[in-house]
Amino acid sequence: MEILVCIKRVPDTAENEIEVNRDGSDIERDDLVYSVNEWDNYAVEEAIQIRDKVGGSITVVSVGDEDAEEVLRREMAMGADKGILLSDNAFEGSDGEGVATILKAGIEKGNYDLILTGAQADDGAGQIGGMLAAMLDWPYASLVNIIDIVDDKTIKVGREIAGGNQEMNEMDLPCVLSIQTGINEPRYVGIRGIRKVASMEIPMLGVKDIELLSESVGKSGAKVKRLDYFVPELGEGAEILEGSTDEIIDKLTELLKAKGGIK
Amino acid sequence: MTQRIFAYIIHKKGVVDDTALEMVSAAQRLGIDAPITAVVAGSGDELGTVCNAMAASYAEVWKIDDDALAYINAEVLRELLVRILPTDGIVLIPHEHFGMDLAPGLSVKLGAAYLPDAVDFEGIEDGYLKAVREEYSGQVNTHVLCDISQGAVVTVRPGIFKADESQALQGQIVDKSSEALEEGRTDARRRYIEIVEAEVGDVDITKSEILVSVGRGIEDEDNMEIIFDLAEAMGGDVSCSRPVVDAKWLEKSRQVGTSGQTVKPKVYLALGISGAFQHLGGIKGSPFIVAVNKNSKAPIFQSADIGVVADILDFVPELTDRINEMKG
Ligand SMILES: Cc1cc2nc3c(=O)[nH]c(=O)nc-3n(C[C@H](O)[C@H](O)[C@H](O)COP(=O)(O)OP(=O)(O)OC[C@H]3O[C@@H](n4cnc5c(N)ncnc54)[C@H](O)[C@@H]3O)c2cc1C
Repeated sequence: MEILVCIKRVPDTAENEIEVNRDGSDIERDDLVYSVNEWDNYAVEEAIQIRDKVGGSITVVSVGDEDAEEVLRREMAMGADKGILLSDNAFEGSDGEGVATILKAGIEKGNYDLILTGAQADDGAGQIGGMLAAMLDWPYASLVNIIDIVDDKTIKVGREIAGGNQEMNEMDLPCVLSIQTGINEPRYVGIRGIRKVASMEIPMLGVKDIELLSESVGKSGAKVKRLDYFVPELGEGAEILEGSTDEIIDKLTELLKAKGGIK
Repeated sequence: MTQRIFAYIIHKKGVVDDTALEMVSAAQRLGIDAPITAVVAGSGDELGTVCNAMAASYAEVWKIDDDALAYINAEVLRELLVRILPTDGIVLIPHEHFGMDLAPGLSVKLGAAYLPDAVDFEGIEDGYLKAVREEYSGQVNTHVLCDISQGAVVTVRPGIFKADESQALQGQIVDKSSEALEEGRTDARRRYIEIVEAEVGDVDITKSEILVSVGRGIEDEDNMEIIFDLAEAMGGDVSCSRPVVDAKWLEKSRQVGTSGQTVKPKVYLALGISGAFQHLGGIKGSPFIVAVNKNSKAPIFQSADIGVVADILDFVPELTDRINEMKG
């Protein structure tokens, strides 16, 4: 099975406090720790498990600038066979539709049976997989947390729905799936693993290479444009307890008792 | 000509989802002076019940009745919707597990813009809708401009817009089934099989009055002990956010949120939990919420009653000790 996994390099929200820069044009990017989008990492692990079971190969692809190479390499260290970086000045400022359009053009240069994306990334949009599938006219399922390969034409997938229940579906290949966290336990990638793939070539493809004719990419093609970043005005918000730890605990235990929080 | 506004209605077993009336408010916030059409798909009597209910809140109700929609598969429905929706309409869909499945592809097939997970609207100017979104799990907000001149599919975050129960309309129910099905159905390449219900765990957190809930901030499985100790001291149960379940540190039945359990305790402690909307969506009944987080800007502090800015690894054991002392 030929599997493609679409991945994104994002600021790691577990490692950073995200702040808006002075003029609200961006987030404060100095000293940010970046990593591969959490959901994508599960998608790559799933691809590895499928390949190891039924054979084939895995390509990881990212639309981004040169820095995105670092996450492609990380996922190759994890076990992906190849990496492709789709990068061009003309891609900058693309909206979700633009990114899906770029990926589609890249995908048409290859030959894949299964495409995985993360269920969402740092912008919480959850849009790339569904748009890409519709553009390719392939079937799609979102929020997938079970994949069973039936044969080379069919798979069974479980979608996670409300209450943690699972919606089981049968799907024809080729198809696109967006992967939910928890589908597996992504393996650890050590420095040694990264070193092993350090010299592997990651081709960088631009507009000409993928023969992208569409005008819907880049800032000018975007139907959805970000105007600014801002910190939401706090509503009532929590009363923050101040003082020494002892004083805080005094107050807190008193409150908890009053509210029936200590039995 | 003013653009038409549509709201997709989620329902299950004849019961309308909370989002159905939230979308009335959301649609009004768009600032377009046009009647709003509810789109309801399904089959049989249940569908009729839902359509009748919606006619009280929407000026028009479009009904799509098809046996193939007894369980609604987004791929099947999309094909039918594309046949009946105008290409320049504004289609509102709840941003939940079904909406996320349907909406992105629908926008492509309609040739419309896609605006995901909107939390507010600030009006329309020159064919652009100004909306508010959150990024980085709610740590920052953004304003976005969405070109709606060729239509737009907009997913709306559940629980943000207040349900509008004030409408007393006698909306017209329009049966769109034959128009939607005129060209038949393409063989579905994704076929629904069944729902597998979530496993029941050893503790039923939906019945707990006191929940000590732990998030990714606990950092390591070995640290989980301090959470159980606190819960025991308080006489409560341990629940958690999704990453704790993903890491297999607790069973799925203890997960609070839209893809986990809906809980309604009296007191809810959120320890090392950032406050993502999918987590908060599982907390009902306005409990007294205490958040402990080392990041003073964590979104959870907007929803909590009481906040403590501290490292839970230090703070929680001290709190436990004090409670145990108090109890003697
Ligand atoms: C379709 C869908 C459904 C979902 N359903 C659910 C659901 O049902 N339930 C759910 O919970 N999530 C759900 N999620 C995931 C959700 O979006 C968030 O990713 C998740 O809730 C984050 O969990 P968290 O707050 O524990 O982790 P994080 O967002 O990583 O937050 C960890 C917090 O801990 C703080 N922290 C770190 N270390 C410490 C320390 N030592 N002391 C104190 N504080 C510390 C950090 O400042 C941070 O605020 C869903 C997502 C999707 C896409």
